[in-house]
Amino acid sequence: MTLRGDTLAIKNAGEFVNLKIDGFYLRRPISVCDVEGDVLTLIYKVVGGGTEAMSAMEKGTELLVMTGLGNGYDLSVAGESPLLIGGGVGVPPMYLLARRLLALGKRVTVILGFNTADEVFYEDEFKALGCDVKVTTVDGSHGIKGFVTDALPEEYSYFYTCGPMPMFRALFKATSTSGQFSFEERMGCGFGACMGCSCKTVTGYKRICKDGPVLKKEEIIWAD
Amino acid sequence: MGRLNVNLCGIEMDNPIIPASGTFGYGYEFAEIYDINILGTFSFKGTTKEGRFGNPTPRIAECTAGMINAVGLQNPGVEKVIAEELPKLKKCFHKPVMANVSGFSIHDYAYTCALLDNEEQVGWLEVNVSCPNVHGGGMSFGTSPDAAAEVTRAVKAVTKKPVIVKLSPNVTDIVAIAKACEEAGADGISLINTLLGMRIDLKTRKPVIANTMGGFSGPAIFPVALRMVYQVAHAVNIPVVGGGGVSTAENVIEMMLAGATAVEVGAQNLVNPMACKEIIENLPAAMDKYHIDNLNDIIGGVKNG
Repeated sequence: MTLRGDTLAIKNAGEFVNLKIDGFYLRRPISVCDVEGDVLTLIYKVVGGGTEAMSAMEKGTELLVMTGLGNGYDLSVAGESPLLIGGGVGVPPMYLLARRLLALGKRVTVILGFNTADEVFYEDEFKALGCDVKVTTVDGSHGIKGFVTDALPEEYSYFYTCGPMPMFRALFKATSTSGQFSFEERMGCGFGACMGCSCKTVTGYKRICKDGPVLKKEEIIWAD
Repeated sequence: MGRLNVNLCGIEMDNPIIPASGTFGYGYEFAEIYDINILGTFSFKGTTKEGRFGNPTPRIAECTAGMINAVGLQNPGVEKVIAEELPKLKKCFHKPVMANVSGFSIHDYAYTCALLDNEEQVGWLEVNVSCPNVHGGGMSFGTSPDAAAEVTRAVKAVTKKPVIVKLSPNVTDIVAIAKACEEAGADGISLINTLLGMRIDLKTRKPVIANTMGGFSGPAIFPVALRMVYQVAHAVNIPVVGGGGVSTAENVIEMMLAGATAVEVGAQNLVNPMACKEIIENLPAAMDKYHIDNLNDIIGGVKNG
């Protein structure tokens, strides 16, 4: 989905926006895939009623969108050769992150993980940016067979990731550097008021929507 | 006196609009979005004796014209609220604030209220005997007239500030509980808290909410809330704060006709952070439309059918 409007509040890669959708009470939080001028690109997977309604929207539809939500990724610790790992619906925020890191002159490696070839998206877009791109599929139908952890390079300066929890747990163990994880949670407000999306961290209770969604590797506590 | 002014338990308010506890934090998230001093007041996040993380996530579920939450009274505990949150609140809000208090024992309520009684900015104590999201406390005090009265007496004994008891709708006779609180010395009644509800995810066949059930709020509950405000306001002689699904200026007028002196706005703040500002701005035009000069003229003014 491509939206046109005031995007000035969007500062960092890894932030999200919250969309008001007709017929639904709560807004739908969607990660920022890309922003350029007044154009905002969102990529989402249809998983329920809200995203289904989004996919049925016609060109020219006007939406109420809260922007500039969440902390986003901290690029200042990337080092020279950061590794970006996106799993499935976690791929989109890696795009703006990759663009920003490349603009800083970094050598960016991207691993995109999917279940099967039919689900693969944005491989060419990341290549066009100039990233070193590796794709994994669980069934081996495209790229490297296996999980993103099967494609980890020997050396990288830091890592950034977004994706499902099992991937996060595997990466937490398999990675050799520090990194940042972008979490997903059912939200009430999306701007820190309702405590609907709280989690426990080493540095205290955090709201995924306001203090996250990006948490540093060192502060994560895995719930059993 | 402006045409929106009301007096709640002896404290003047510029207008009757009160963001409800749990939907407004300690104010400062909203102060980034608009000047919250335009509010009548706001009821801050439910505060308990000890700090609490609350329930596991997911805590939130979508519903038709509403939502379910099962946050479970996450708050840093009354000492930290006083030391850390109230100073931040004071920087962005310069009116008396409503302190929302919950507990797990009579002693808890009295302890927390006694500490908040020392805080100059606290105007009212809103004593929540109605949280549906915690076990062994909260709502269990609000489902029996005797227990609700006991909490009321214990709190009244430790504070000179007006005590407003917030009631649960998840009872067979809310009027009996309201009357018991009035007899025990309550200065006001606030209602309704959320309605106990549930959703099931059809794909996983598990409850959407990790805690299985949670509190249902939003526009869908407005008629239920209005009915209960009407019943309670006609049965007690103390002010009633009406809330539940309020999302427009017209809803506010309806609540006041049913007997509310002030009106809480809850879930709507979460889907539209500007909700209370818009309601306050829209009130004069809505009053004109229905030939209301002053809001005080319509409190409890519903006519017999």
